Amino acid sequence: MTNEKLQQIAETNVAERKEYDYELNVCMALGCISQHSDRLKAALIEEVARSGKRCHVRQTGCIGPCAVGPLVAVSPTGTLYGNVQETDVEAVVASLGGEPVKRLETHLQHYFEGQQAIVLENSGQIDPEKIDEFIGRNGYQALMQTITQMASQHVIEQISKSGLRGRGGGGYPTGLKWGTVAKAVGTQKFVICNGDEGDPGAFMDRSVLESNPQRVIEGMAIAAYAVGADKGFIYVRAEYPLAISRLTVALREARRGGFLGNNICGTKFAFDMEIRIGAGAFVCGEETALIASIEGLRGQPRPRPPYPAFAGLWGAPTLINNVETFANVAPILRKGPEYFAGIGTAKSKGTKVFALTGKIANTGLIEVPMGMTLRQIIFEIGGGIPAGHKFKAVQTGGPSGGCIPEQHLDLPVSYESLIGMGSMMGSGGMIVMDDTSCMVNVARFFMEFCMTESCGKCTPCRAGTAQMFNLLTKICDCEASHADLDLLIDLCDVVKNTSLCGLGMTAPNPVLSTLRYFKNEYLEHIENRHCPAGVCASSRKPAIQRMVTA
Amino acid sequence: MNAPIDVKTLIIDGVDVSARADQTVLDVARENNIFIPTLCHLDGLSDVGACRLCLVAVKNSPKLSPACVLRVEEGMEVVTKSERLLHYRQTILQLLFAERNHVCSVCVVNNLCELQSMAQSQGVTHVRFPYRNPKLQVDASHERFAADQNRCILCTRCVRVCDEIEAAHVWDVMGRGIDSRVITDLMQPWGDSSCTSCGKCVNVCPTGALFDKSKVGSSRPKNPDFVPYLNMMREVR
Amino acid sequence: MSKVKLATVWLDGCSGCHMSFLDMDERLLTLSHQFDLVYSPLVDCKIYPELVDVALVEGAIGSVEDERKIRRVREHTTLLIAMGDCAVTGNVPAMRNPFCLFPILERAYHENASAQQQTPSELVPALIEKVRPVHEVVEVDLYLPGCPPSAGTLFSVMKDVLAGTLPNVTGLTRFGA
Repeated sequence: MTNEKLQQIAETNVAERKEYDYELNVCMALGCISQHSDRLKAALIEEVARSGKRCHVRQTGCIGPCAVGPLVAVSPTGTLYGNVQETDVEAVVASLGGEPVKRLETHLQHYFEGQQAIVLENSGQIDPEKIDEFIGRNGYQALMQTITQMASQHVIEQISKSGLRGRGGGGYPTGLKWGTVAKAVGTQKFVICNGDEGDPGAFMDRSVLESNPQRVIEGMAIAAYAVGADKGFIYVRAEYPLAISRLTVALREARRGGFLGNNICGTKFAFDMEIRIGAGAFVCGEETALIASIEGLRGQPRPRPPYPAFAGLWGAPTLINNVETFANVAPILRKGPEYFAGIGTAKSKGTKVFALTGKIANTGLIEVPMGMTLRQIIFEIGGGIPAGHKFKAVQTGGPSGGCIPEQHLDLPVSYESLIGMGSMMGSGGMIVMDDTSCMVNVARFFMEFCMTESCGKCTPCRAGTAQMFNLLTKICDCEASHADLDLLIDLCDVVKNTSLCGLGMTAPNPVLSTLRYFKNEYLEHIENRHCPAGVCASSRKPAIQRMVTA
Repeated sequence: MNAPIDVKTLIIDGVDVSARADQTVLDVARENNIFIPTLCHLDGLSDVGACRLCLVAVKNSPKLSPACVLRVEEGMEVVTKSERLLHYRQTILQLLFAERNHVCSVCVVNNLCELQSMAQSQGVTHVRFPYRNPKLQVDASHERFAADQNRCILCTRCVRVCDEIEAAHVWDVMGRGIDSRVITDLMQPWGDSSCTSCGKCVNVCPTGALFDKSKVGSSRPKNPDFVPYLNMMREVR
Repeated sequence: MSKVKLATVWLDGCSGCHMSFLDMDERLLTLSHQFDLVYSPLVDCKIYPELVDVALVEGAIGSVEDERKIRRVREHTTLLIAMGDCAVTGNVPAMRNPFCLFPILERAYHENASAQQQTPSELVPALIEKVRPVHEVVEVDLYLPGCPPSAGTLFSVMKDVLAGTLPNVTGLTRFGA
């Protein structure tokens, strides 16, 4: 593969796309497929053939507003149809070149207006299984440019200058991590992509892998070049079979195109990668547990230091980054770090992909610049709270995060601001809650998750989360006392400070966060034996032993 | 002849101490008669930093670090005792007691149990947490030994000694979180497993989870000190 | 100086702690002038008094009767001492907890009974599902682990308590001592 050849493929693909009068892009990411968008696509192809119109029906990745799927995007008009059924196929095809089908039109200007697509710029625009379409939209240009013209140190400098921080939740400066691995001593180095995405309510990484896997491959290859690795692994949770199959196709195409393997793009750089599939453990999203899993061992974290950058996979220096982090690499190198650094806040640069779920009108995937306020995200882009209910809180960071109440909705979203509020950015899951949610029950839900996902290695997390869960259940059942609440709070402190890994250390966060802003709900359960949201089974009987007679 | 190893100086509990660069804070503390509580650590076995009893505070570090895996560094200032650390240690011990069914009065290692004496040394007189009372099994299928899950604290010493010293790897951990159990082979009864009956696991088990049936009532049912000697004897000169 | 009103109570226990108490032997006599034993299985008193200064509670809470008793004890006592492992941790009586109550009663009164199989229901207090240590039901002021705590330990503790101080027991005793 040479630069000329790459340009040629791009130009050919762009020209090919222009040969059609229209394009019907059918979302075939998991959300819409669950609504049979695959059958919809087949029906559209048939109908187009029948109509004789020069229209290309394409499967694409996630278009965004999953709540109104199955989605069909019409080009060049830019019309977006939602809730499209097989019975609508005739009308859709008939409307090409004329007035759009009114009843299918989505009116989501506000949804798309505030967004800025960097990670998702090809999502919904290309067929994820056709590498040429990716190349047609500047795919692999960054890799070509990087390995033929830049020294690896320079690549790292560019990433550092951009201000990119780990998108998996930790927010660690990516350039710094790359620099550390590059400097680490070792004959073999590895690059690992963490696609475990275990947070309940998070599907950002899944979407990227389903919609534009080549972007991640490109990012990993550039990273490998920068740090001096020749082998990579992409660890995807087993619960994402579509992502895994799309990735498998993408790897095959990348190798065939000369973007992976030996002599990449005609240089001496060699890099290839394997997919490793998870086995249902949230804890394997923790980097040392993930490494143990790849090594074939029980998925348990290891004490750090030593950090994976120095001694990771099989003891070798290992770079491990999240899917979204790698997806940001190519645009940064292609457009220059200043472009990326020009978006966002002082310490949180670039954009962030969020998965909006819960009690919100426009559930789906969004990408916004850092610094946008929560109010904008939830009420403008998200369309606010449906069915006449009132906003109560938004949970960010999954089971490691916390909830933000109404009074802090004007908070600009950034790593620092969310931590300051007792939550964290996390991987990007944003769960919106309204007045029908009981915050104690929410804390209990996340604690149950941590308890069942705890690996069991260290005592505070293994036994502590179980005790905290029991205490929260007691509070929800309106059978707890103030002493129980004090015990819960103390235990939160112990588990937070003595656990071995992030799972245990952050398991108390939802409890501490809901206590910070919604203590009245806890007290209502304890003192008045009543659940204000009407969710928990209220109990009026005194808290004594249930008696059993013969 | 090996390359000379660096020497470091550090401060533990206000006392200046010296150490080899490859030593852990726990090693150095013990050399200087500074007591740091441990349960999952055993001289001669690899360290896992799992029980969290040995957590110490290091100056300028926001997080506590497990002394058993913490490598010494020049100028490090370590504090091994404080009210906060004591509270954490007591809580961890209480969590262990409440996790399974530990009935000291009827246990084979009553008076000779590391968990029991650790509770005493750390001032644990009662358990603040409700006892979970899980239903757990006893495996007495082995001719000489028995495994009582009710007394296991998941220190994994048995797993490590069987893997690293005996090299049979009969013991391992099954399940996740609070449902974790140590099992023999692929959850076969101990008596049917590939166990070599060497007794190492029984000797290193800190509680009465693994015990020698013939030593019930003995004043010295366990002898965990053999491991460093075995390692020494196996070293290549 | 007025005598300390001392009470001892045994709930779901084996009375071993009381035996240990008596094992103080002649040392008990050196203390006896300081207290009045106002309620105890060892003396002839049927009703727990209105005002007790120190109560030594042996045994866990295993029946509705134990629960009723301990609440009365707590209400009318200034210093409640949980004496022995059963009171402090549940200990042996709590070994029935992993099993459901029903199969236990079945095994005891039906499977293992050669005649007149029936689970007692009259006069005998109903058992509660899980045996609990004292502090899970009422507030405890001092914990004395041990099975039983030795006579020496009890003597040392009693001396301090009768003098008005709360001793640190960790050097004296432990679980299963």
